[in-house]
Amino acid sequence: MSASPTTTEPLSQPPESGTGTAILRTVDLTKDFRGFTAVNSVNLEVADNTIHALVGPNGAGKTTLFNLLTGFLQPTSGQILLRGDDIAGKQPEQIAHMGVARSFQITSLFDEMTLVEHLELALASPTGLGYKFWSSRKRLGAFRERSMELLSEVGLADRSGQRAGSLAYGQKRALEIALALANNPSLLLLDEPTAGMGIEDVDRTIELVKKVSPGRAVVFVDHNMHVVGSLADSVTVLQSGEVLAEGTYDQVRNDERVITAYLGETGDTHE
Amino acid sequence: MSAQLTDTVRVETAASAAPERRLNPFVRAALLVVALLVVLALPWYIYPPVAMDILAWGLFAISVDLLLGFTGLLSFGHAAFWGMSAYTTGYIATQVGVPFPVAILGGTLAAMLIAIPTGYLAVRRTGIYFAMVTLAFAQMLYFIANQASDITGGENGLQGIPKTFFGIELVETDSFYFYYAALPIILLGAFIAWRTVSSPFGRVLLAIRDNPARARALGYDVERYKIMVFVISAGIAGLAGGVFSVSHGFASLQELVWTTSGKVVLMTVLGGIGTLWGGPLGAAVVVLLEDQLASSGFNGIGIITGAIFIIIVLLFRKGIWGTAADFIERIRSGMASRGRGDA
Repeated sequence: MSASPTTTEPLSQPPESGTGTAILRTVDLTKDFRGFTAVNSVNLEVADNTIHALVGPNGAGKTTLFNLLTGFLQPTSGQILLRGDDIAGKQPEQIAHMGVARSFQITSLFDEMTLVEHLELALASPTGLGYKFWSSRKRLGAFRERSMELLSEVGLADRSGQRAGSLAYGQKRALEIALALANNPSLLLLDEPTAGMGIEDVDRTIELVKKVSPGRAVVFVDHNMHVVGSLADSVTVLQSGEVLAEGTYDQVRNDERVITAYLGETGDTHE
Repeated sequence: MSAQLTDTVRVETAASAAPERRLNPFVRAALLVVALLVVLALPWYIYPPVAMDILAWGLFAISVDLLLGFTGLLSFGHAAFWGMSAYTTGYIATQVGVPFPVAILGGTLAAMLIAIPTGYLAVRRTGIYFAMVTLAFAQMLYFIANQASDITGGENGLQGIPKTFFGIELVETDSFYFYYAALPIILLGAFIAWRTVSSPFGRVLLAIRDNPARARALGYDVERYKIMVFVISAGIAGLAGGVFSVSHGFASLQELVWTTSGKVVLMTVLGGIGTLWGGPLGAAVVVLLEDQLASSGFNGIGIITGAIFIIIVLLFRKGIWGTAADFIERIRSGMASRGRGDA
């Protein structure tokens, strides 16, 4: 078989400690869709060991920004610096191997697979085991124990053998987070982790993100100001693809431009 | 922890619905034995060259299922690999005079070789565009084969392909014995396909089929996986095409024409995709039907096979095998739950 690459991709780095250094920085990041500028000269800085929220009204460019950061879209111009290295132009799978993991806004799972199979697949990814078409899939069982640990961490251990398609909505979101956590990413990107959840699930998710955040940087998008207020060390407000304001949650929610643009109707209702 | 794991196993058997593990291991082993017995007995009941056709087309359909059922890629140009191997096998057999399995191996390698650039270009597209790129390649090969008549015999095809087999005359002259000599090649192809889908690689393929974006976010290089499975599939199609041309003693343009690509997709869907078993079943139905209709002097074979195809797709969305597997599993789990009730 000439087309059987057995070289393993570089393993995802364990989160580097050292607070204060920017793990992620974008420089004039711009994405243009045939004349519509979805992301316009965004300069974002995410310090290591912090939780950073991206907020903004629908169409502000939050998900586009996520897709740029993870290689699902290529920027029109600008840089994306991950620990100082420009990763603009890299493919999603390459960025995944650099210790960046993401969840999706719309639940994105393999409906036919069981939960434990999801985690096994995620854990096998950096090892190159996936290329072995001549060996038994039982070898994925080597990751079973770690898979079960991750499932316990998100409270899904008792459903490990269930197919993902049969899970309730909140459980699917929890599985998303477990998948993103699997390879111990140094940068965790969560696109609307609490979207569509009931209040109990929202609180559980907040606790979960708090629990898993030490030792890594987390960037998340959420519309729920309760979530943003409870989790975020710093907040970036986007509007029409541009950064409107930045700072701590309290700074941002007292910012007049933000109040007029976005927080006006919801800013004080969730406290 | 151990309590959780036992629980896992129980839930898994109850909830499993993915086609490749719909049946429990015992049922699968039993079916494998039955299938082997059927395959071994086939030329006793069916005219041996027709039995050989069923196996060759069946393996060809398995190669298509590997892409369609397990990776979500519809190749509409698989005749390219079947035909490429048919011609190359024939050429090696006539020119070099090696035993036919060696010639088939050469044909298979040729099929895999041309699958590399084809796959490389095709996997950049999905859905109907993937089908169009593969079709375009197959058509290109068809016209090349038509033009290069010095090698391929053009319209006449490559004739007089010998069944050279270590001087064993029975195999070389009697199609009944040839069937058994060629059978290991078919089984090898089926084994490679089974091994592939039940490997870690196969698991990744299912992930790609169901959610390519998620697979990429997990770090899987989706295009590379698709190229690899495309080449493996082409190799299996090559084994099948080689057996076919040696069995018939000639390779013709018919092997490369687009209707051949269509026919094998039809067989695969008819039998049930994502099952591996389905392809050979679909092949058996189509080949036997064609044989019956042809010997009764009926000319509109396409109308009949087309009509059957429509009926099966409308009534049994999962194909013959998919529907049968559901049925077997329902009976089995019904018996199992009754067994538990008694105990």
